[in-house]
Amino acid sequence: MDKQLISRGTSRTPLPRFMLWILPWVAMLGIGLYAIFLCLSKGLNQTNMDNRFSFGLWIYLDLTVIALGAGAFFTGFLLYILKRKELKAVINSAVTIGFICYSGAVAVLAVDVGQPLRAWFTFWHPNVHSMLAEVTFCITCYLIVLIIEYIPVVLKNRRIKNVPSMLVFEFELHKLMVVLAAVGTFLSFFHQGSLGGLYGVLVGRPFAFRPALGIWPTTFFLFIISAAAVGPSFILLTTWLTSKISRKQLVKPEVLQDLGKISGSILIFYIILKTVDTIFWINSVHALGFSPAGFFRIQEFGTWILFLEIVVLGLVPAILLLSNRVRQNTTLLVLSATLACAGIVLNRYVMTIQTLALPTLPFDQFLSYSPSWQEVATFLAVIAYGMLVYSFSFRYLTLFPQEREIQSV
Amino acid sequence: METNHTSPRYGMVIDVDRCTGCGNCMVACAVENNVPPADPKATERTGTTWMRVSKLENGLPFPENRSVYLPVSCQQCDHHTPCVSVCPQNAVEYDTESGIVAQIPVRCFGCRYCVTACPYHARYYNWWDPVWPEGMEKTLNPDVSTRMRGVVEKCNFCHGRLQAARAKAAAEGRRTIADAEYVPACGESCPTHAIHFGNLSDPNSDVSMLSKDKRAFRLLEELGTEPKVYFLSEQDWVHAIVKNKISTELKGHGNG
Repeated sequence: MDKQLISRGTSRTPLPRFMLWILPWVAMLGIGLYAIFLCLSKGLNQTNMDNRFSFGLWIYLDLTVIALGAGAFFTGFLLYILKRKELKAVINSAVTIGFICYSGAVAVLAVDVGQPLRAWFTFWHPNVHSMLAEVTFCITCYLIVLIIEYIPVVLKNRRIKNVPSMLVFEFELHKLMVVLAAVGTFLSFFHQGSLGGLYGVLVGRPFAFRPALGIWPTTFFLFIISAAAVGPSFILLTTWLTSKISRKQLVKPEVLQDLGKISGSILIFYIILKTVDTIFWINSVHALGFSPAGFFRIQEFGTWILFLEIVVLGLVPAILLLSNRVRQNTTLLVLSATLACAGIVLNRYVMTIQTLALPTLPFDQFLSYSPSWQEVATFLAVIAYGMLVYSFSFRYLTLFPQEREIQSV
Repeated sequence: METNHTSPRYGMVIDVDRCTGCGNCMVACAVENNVPPADPKATERTGTTWMRVSKLENGLPFPENRSVYLPVSCQQCDHHTPCVSVCPQNAVEYDTESGIVAQIPVRCFGCRYCVTACPYHARYYNWWDPVWPEGMEKTLNPDVSTRMRGVVEKCNFCHGRLQAARAKAAAEGRRTIADAEYVPACGESCPTHAIHFGNLSDPNSDVSMLSKDKRAFRLLEELGTEPKVYFLSEQDWVHAIVKNKISTELKGHGNG
């Protein structure tokens, strides 16, 4: 049965070995589900969040996975709208990763809010001025788009394909892909942006607050561009990692190089804008009477964090990814993509955790926060869920269409 | 004196030089607004205290050491109210009839975005189910709804008292209420009369005149949120502390 589900022309590890691979992830998911049960039944007193640290690990995780999952919309945009045909080799994997990231983020959000059964209120009487309302609308719609995009990948499974009606359904869905890619791009632009806007509009938090360009704060645009920059890098990393773990060549080397080039080109643009934004921020907080350096003088949040984010994990990977010689060396290419992804992971950390850690009242004390085991277990459950969905998808679905071609050679 | 303005803007002036830090305002607030006894596991950072008294010290050694108590509740921002614009489902509203920033817990789904947005840490999330010891539920104020676990709450200038005063005035055929008819529990209970309350739009009101006093200051005024809670102090070092921005000069100023 197992062998009949695996795509023709590809080989996969024997079933017992595969079971051994998924076992730790199933255990991790189980512990996480127990932690989620505790949070839902007993309340968020199971976490270490409090009235000062009202956002914690989960919101940080959401922001990060959604930025990394941006590869789905951006690859779709490049392939279907800009006709970059070489990206067809990774589009199925990108869609799967996008689906995992977004569904995981929505699941964590459902645990993170105090009254998840009231989540529909946002649709019933939304505050159109709220960035969070915009995030909720766009993420919900985009998750639906991702589900519709993921269905054809599932329907292409060897066994399901044998059912004629499914084949027709898949064919019809496939015709919609251009439209879905366009809708997905539109929705993604808005929610990536509004996630940035989430902090940019906080007038009471001068560290995060940014002036508006039109109706959106500058972080709105920075989040869109940074997500578009690292999305392809994350696809590059996951493809390379899957290739290493499965010990199979899945795509031609040029595909990874292309992804690296796209990532580098957008990242350099992002770093320029981020630098300009930081200079403007320094001037604007100075005008309010704050000392910009003061924000970096408290506890461990020194200016080194800004340097690390903009230079070491921004400018350096951008320059590396733009170099043809670096891209042709797989180790350096993967290292550069890792640095680029780490830069965005750090940016989301700074925007969430540093913003909340800094005192706002002149007589406030700096307060720290470390997540409870329930928060960590819930976080790990999302990782485990992602690993499981991706592992099964890789085994039974065609995530990398070039694989068969490469293996036959 | 009858308030003649069609749209009052209620505000508060707290004389910190008069405040002894007795905490009576905190107790009166909790009783008036049905704030449940804290869960045994609650901490200073997870408990609910709509009114929180902070201690400020000048940081000098004896005999020059000085301290004041600063009761901080929702500052009722009048402009660019940080919490109103962020709530995704309109669970925070600015009442144009009174200037009061109101929280609507039955609409709130507990995302805590407003808690993050408030620079005064005046918003409280219900981390536990509210539990009153047996018999204590008889002390609940029937004019104020209790809140459930998983929603946010905060000071609303004892809005229940405003509603009751309006209802009484309407029953007597009046369209407006007198200043003395509506005073929040904290102001009423303060034994040193440190808390003044009234209509800021009325130039002749007590609060309106005190808010223009040279001793007056507001917290984080530079953010432009126009808080409707003012503080009074004659002591220069108090003004110096509250004008301090986030900086390394935090040493010596405790938060009691």
